[in-house]
Amino acid sequence: MLDLSEAFRAALRQISLLDPQLIEIVGLSLKVTLTAVAIATIIGFALGGALAVYRFPGRGALAAVLNALMGLPPVVAGLFVYLFLSNAGPLGVLQLLYTPLAMIIAQVILITPIIAALTRQTCEDLLEEYREQLRSLGASSAAIVTTLLWDGRYRLVTAVLAGFGRAIAEVGAVMIVGGNIDHVTRTMTTAIALETSKGNIALALALGMILLAIALAINMALMGIRRIASHFAYA
Amino acid sequence: MSAEFGRRNFLKFALAALSLVGLSPTVPRADDNFIIVQSTTSTQNSGLFDHLLPLFTDKTGIEVRVVAVGTGQALKNAENGDGDVVLVHSQPDEEKFVADGWGVKRYPVMYNDFIIVGPGADPAKIAGLNQAPEALKKIAEAKAPFASRADDSGTHKAELKLWEQAGIDPKASSGSWYLETGSGMGATLNTAVGKQAYALTDRGTWLAFANKGDFKVLVEGDDKLFNQYGVILVNPTKHPNVKAKEGQAFIDWLVSPEGQAAIASYTIDGQQLFFPNARPQS
Amino acid sequence: MLDKPTSFMPPEELALTSDRLLPLELKGLSLVAGRRRLIDGVDLSLEYPGISVIMGPNGAGKSLLLRLMHGLMAPTKGDILWAGIPMNGQIRRRQAMVFQKPVLFRRTAAANITHALGLRGVVRSERRPRAYQALQLAGLEGRASTPARVLSGGEQQRLCLARALSLIPDVLFLDEPTASLDPASTLAIERLLIDAQHRGIKVIVVTHDVGQARRLAQDVIFLHHGKVIEHQPAPRFFREPDSDVARAFIAGGLVL
Repeated sequence: MLDLSEAFRAALRQISLLDPQLIEIVGLSLKVTLTAVAIATIIGFALGGALAVYRFPGRGALAAVLNALMGLPPVVAGLFVYLFLSNAGPLGVLQLLYTPLAMIIAQVILITPIIAALTRQTCEDLLEEYREQLRSLGASSAAIVTTLLWDGRYRLVTAVLAGFGRAIAEVGAVMIVGGNIDHVTRTMTTAIALETSKGNIALALALGMILLAIALAINMALMGIRRIASHFAYA
Repeated sequence: MSAEFGRRNFLKFALAALSLVGLSPTVPRADDNFIIVQSTTSTQNSGLFDHLLPLFTDKTGIEVRVVAVGTGQALKNAENGDGDVVLVHSQPDEEKFVADGWGVKRYPVMYNDFIIVGPGADPAKIAGLNQAPEALKKIAEAKAPFASRADDSGTHKAELKLWEQAGIDPKASSGSWYLETGSGMGATLNTAVGKQAYALTDRGTWLAFANKGDFKVLVEGDDKLFNQYGVILVNPTKHPNVKAKEGQAFIDWLVSPEGQAAIASYTIDGQQLFFPNARPQS
Repeated sequence: MLDKPTSFMPPEELALTSDRLLPLELKGLSLVAGRRRLIDGVDLSLEYPGISVIMGPNGAGKSLLLRLMHGLMAPTKGDILWAGIPMNGQIRRRQAMVFQKPVLFRRTAAANITHALGLRGVVRSERRPRAYQALQLAGLEGRASTPARVLSGGEQQRLCLARALSLIPDVLFLDEPTASLDPASTLAIERLLIDAQHRGIKVIVVTHDVGQARRLAQDVIFLHHGKVIEHQPAPRFFREPDSDVARAFIAGGLVL
């Protein structure tokens, strides 16, 4: 049966050799997810901040929808984007299916609700504390949003990291809209799925360990940020 | 203070980062010379494409991007226009695809065969049988575990045909000894090996499969296990986005003596996986 | 720390400001929540000069009255007129308020002030100089780069006051500003208020500390159960209050 220790050793060998195939796959994963996170952050901050500050009809419903979308299964997000980008779909003319851009779009849909919902929560908590003072200062709603976003920066960074963690680890969305095409849309997670199905446990393990290392790095960054924040009472 | 600096320049940094990503080659440009081929997981898992496609690209400069799913899904994707060429192994479905107008013409390309693999212990005692339906009957009678792809693929349809010829309805026992994985060939083989179950697989995937455990090839050679591959150009009149010229170039190469030789030259451990059988083109 | 008040706006300039916000006139002001009359038909008129102190037992409605004056809350009934003009956002932006619990942004001390100045529309180039002047005034110039929230309680409240003063308000409201502070900080704050008053800022303070009222007040407004029981010049109020409630309160008794 499967010899785990042998597989681990082979995996470590591949990582240490800086196998170009490995580097290409890891590089694409990071490119796709980091881009998606950047876009989702801009949208999420704006949306979350606005939801916390502005009053408008349907505000509560929108907040509830965002909270629900936090749990959107990645494969559903992928299916949804696929239906739009397919040549049989409304946006087929853009020829985006099976490209990294399609994967970015799917991941943006996946993580924007997370960032927006956490941003809204952070801003609302801060607003509890600042509301009267900001009103006394006569700040406009837009100015209040930017004030809250900057003041909440440590909590917001953890929201962004949460979004990143979710995106880098998902396989459903990028598989469906990317097609797992070699050298084009093959990411760490889709490669792990493929190599496992081919029985190439060593390569799959190597990728898995890198993915775990990234997840670990995120968690350590989170801990570090929390520590800095409380030291300066910025939390 | 650094906080002020960060805030003032954050937008500049963000835009700079985004533009860097935009400049990188992840964003597709209109002049990229590639076609999309919808094919099957078994073909991909066999490693044939890693061997074959670079040869075609070197000759023509056309990149081939393979999306590997089950036969049913490959044909459906092509119907949606999400591919330029289909390369699958389910003749009746391929012929229907062309008849319905979704494909231009079906070319036979190559064949391999299916085999039944199973645990070294072989509880149903099917080793050496040369009639596949008979082997399946013995498996059913012994209620020995059997892993089926159950994903509408060419392999799956071939498997169902064999059960039919054995006069058995395995779905009635789905969940007990008949395991419907709904997955590709490799994933199904992983399940089979993990559960010490029999499975029907194409020889190509099996030879390339790296997780065999103690499994052996138990039944082979029955001409009911013959597995024919066909390649079809997606109809450009139905989907104008199809790259008809490049797609046809790929098909022409596959059925040409050069392409056929390339297919035949793909081996694993000295064993040939696919046997070219395109009809000579006049 | 404070020997002589440093000013960033000479008194003459303030005197030249044409449209003063005062007198403040409250007419028939009521705030009703459910069935409770939190502010019950208040008629009041406040003028320059001098620090006005609003006093009364807890629950009298002092903080609510302050917030109504500053436009943070809307009354159920009645008028709030500043020099005859009904309370509006523009008028509020010529005022400033310091709350009982210091509300500081998660930034440095200096940044708290520059950000507030930014929110008030002060041009960027002027923000730092004004902020540093305000910090100096409050004796906090050494803490300019310190994260505001690690400052001590007294320093935080001084910072809030410095921030308010940097806005050069016409009217300065304070809601129990020294309630939880040590005597040294309390003294520092009180000195700043007296200095502000000398520079022409109308200061309206809510306090339940009789001693503080004695030290600061020019006139006293005594509130009880949402009603203005007395409004007197301070010396007369403390020597001979008109009402029994006020007398009991000054004497230190519990007033229900």
